[in-house]
Amino acid sequence: MNALPFLQHFIVLPILLPLLAGALLIPVKQSRYTLKFALSVTNTVLLWLLAAALLVMADGGYWPDGIGVYLAANWPAPFGIALLVDRLTALMLLLTATIALAVLVFSAKRWDRVGIQFHTLFQFLLMGLNGAFLTNDLFNLFVFFEVMLAASYGLVLHGYNLQRIRAGMQYIAINLVASFLFLIGVALIYAASGTLNLTDLGMRVALLGTEDTWLLAIGVTTLGLAFLTKGAMWPLGFWLPGTYASASAPVAAMLVLMTKVGVYAVLRVWMTVFGDGAGALAGFGFTALTIGGMATLFFGAVGMLASQDGGRMAGYGAIISSGTLLAVIGLAGGPVLASGLYYLLGSTLAMAAFMLLVELTDRIRPPGAALIAITMEAFAIEDKPEDPVGQGIPGTLAFLGLSFAACALVISGMPPLSGFVAKFSLFHALLDILPTDGRIPGLTWGFIALVIVGGLAAIIALMRLGVRIFWASGDIAPPRLQFTEAAPITALVTFCVLLTVQAGPVFDYLDRTVAGLTQTSTYGERVLQEPAVTRMPRQEAE
Amino acid sequence: MEIVIALAVGVMFGSGIWLILRPRTFQLITGLLLMSYAVNIFIFAMGRLSVDRPPITLSPDIDPSQFADPLPQALVLTAIVIGFATTALYLVIMIGARGLTGSDHVDGKEPRE
Repeated sequence: MNALPFLQHFIVLPILLPLLAGALLIPVKQSRYTLKFALSVTNTVLLWLLAAALLVMADGGYWPDGIGVYLAANWPAPFGIALLVDRLTALMLLLTATIALAVLVFSAKRWDRVGIQFHTLFQFLLMGLNGAFLTNDLFNLFVFFEVMLAASYGLVLHGYNLQRIRAGMQYIAINLVASFLFLIGVALIYAASGTLNLTDLGMRVALLGTEDTWLLAIGVTTLGLAFLTKGAMWPLGFWLPGTYASASAPVAAMLVLMTKVGVYAVLRVWMTVFGDGAGALAGFGFTALTIGGMATLFFGAVGMLASQDGGRMAGYGAIISSGTLLAVIGLAGGPVLASGLYYLLGSTLAMAAFMLLVELTDRIRPPGAALIAITMEAFAIEDKPEDPVGQGIPGTLAFLGLSFAACALVISGMPPLSGFVAKFSLFHALLDILPTDGRIPGLTWGFIALVIVGGLAAIIALMRLGVRIFWASGDIAPPRLQFTEAAPITALVTFCVLLTVQAGPVFDYLDRTVAGLTQTSTYGERVLQEPAVTRMPRQEAE
Repeated sequence: MEIVIALAVGVMFGSGIWLILRPRTFQLITGLLLMSYAVNIFIFAMGRLSVDRPPITLSPDIDPSQFADPLPQALVLTAIVIGFATTALYLVIMIGARGLTGSDHVDGKEPRE
């Protein structure tokens, strides 16, 4: 009898835990805030610990090659759905759990009360996110994308007001169409290759005939369009700034994470399917990704300069970050990708903190308060939640100003925080790859120039916003903040600082991640040869 | 048969695209529905079209070319369910928007004359 070791089940838990927690939260009455909050936070803390454990297991040699495989329902790959944990997955899970925890704590005092079932939807969103990171099956990826999106539709409309409905309608319509593209892409890939397991697909690409090769290329491109809509590549990302600016602060912070899912999916699929072992299709579409990413970067920079309010500015900031990452994937090479992932970590944390911060700075100016009052009235909740401006913490303005400055430094990539380290190492890695003729291609120079221009645009826009909020608004009464609102932002900023201080170990980890990613053959061995649990029929065992 | 299916998918998807670019929510939802039908038939067709072939058999020694591919049928079922659910969700939001804005325009307000 060869039973599955207990620790192996850790792989499926990041999907199961939020599902169960979300289901448990549904029957709890809306008026029992504390219970709902406690359940939700406990589960998210568990998820964080799980993600940390998976990261240690993937990096610490628990599995050969740092790749853990879980065969759902015990069907061997490629017939069943395989879940896969490698260093990249573990890292993304940890990032998700970190931001989710911060966002939940932030929403403790008000946001989870302006509408119903905030925590349920939040847990389902986490389930979708974790599932999308874990799965190694394209159709299963579609299912998790839909879980994530369905939850996000509800969350975008959380605190139902006119502005959110308008933005939500467009957000949902665009994502429904993107889902159709996703399905078409998956169907074409299946028609061409006869498999939906991503690793298996990567193995088969080189063996396909000419016709099937083309069908596959069209299929993956269609699939890519769906991912890039989520990742907001220009010209597919026009929905993003409006949606971000109108969503409530905690939801907007989670949306930042969702654009990264699109980027992650592109990275996974392209690295696996169009890597070096892909025969005729090796390197397919990478240049298009670079150029698209650069256009996105430019669009984001211009948009950031043009936007007036913080929410919209943060939306364009997310677009800049997506664009940079897509271009980096396009220019893929080992060390470049590691710097790109480092950039992803820092910028996602800072963007999430910034989204939360924008909401707090809005309280400095009276109009924000009026808007929230209308929201609450429109929703007509049974008992009015206590005012968020209760006890308050001292030194509010100093705290807001410092956090704002830290976020601005990371987002724009100025020294001394992690944004600078990321960009510096990115340039260093880009200029380090010497092509055969010894000359660095124009595309690389163009990308470097655009990243610098993007950083400049970001710092100008953020400085203007900062000056307007903190200095130019005349006599401002410092808003009173709850501890639960200040702590998550502090934590996220501290993580950015830690990333900078511990850049060495983090880069070592990322180098190992990328080294593992580029070896597609090990994935083939690990996933396709993962043995199913064999259990003897009961009468024989007795 | 191929040409009929291809035409059906093409016409439905094309009409869907035209409809989702229209300004009224009813046109939008009809367009989305048409597109989802087209996509479902497309997935089904990707398992190769065949007539009178059962998809599942228990016997291990068979000629697979005599059987239909069961996987796209499973996929299309999932896609139909998910498509229905998300479209229903969208319908609810549309009703909410209609109630809140008093207009069935996708921008939530009537265009200026």
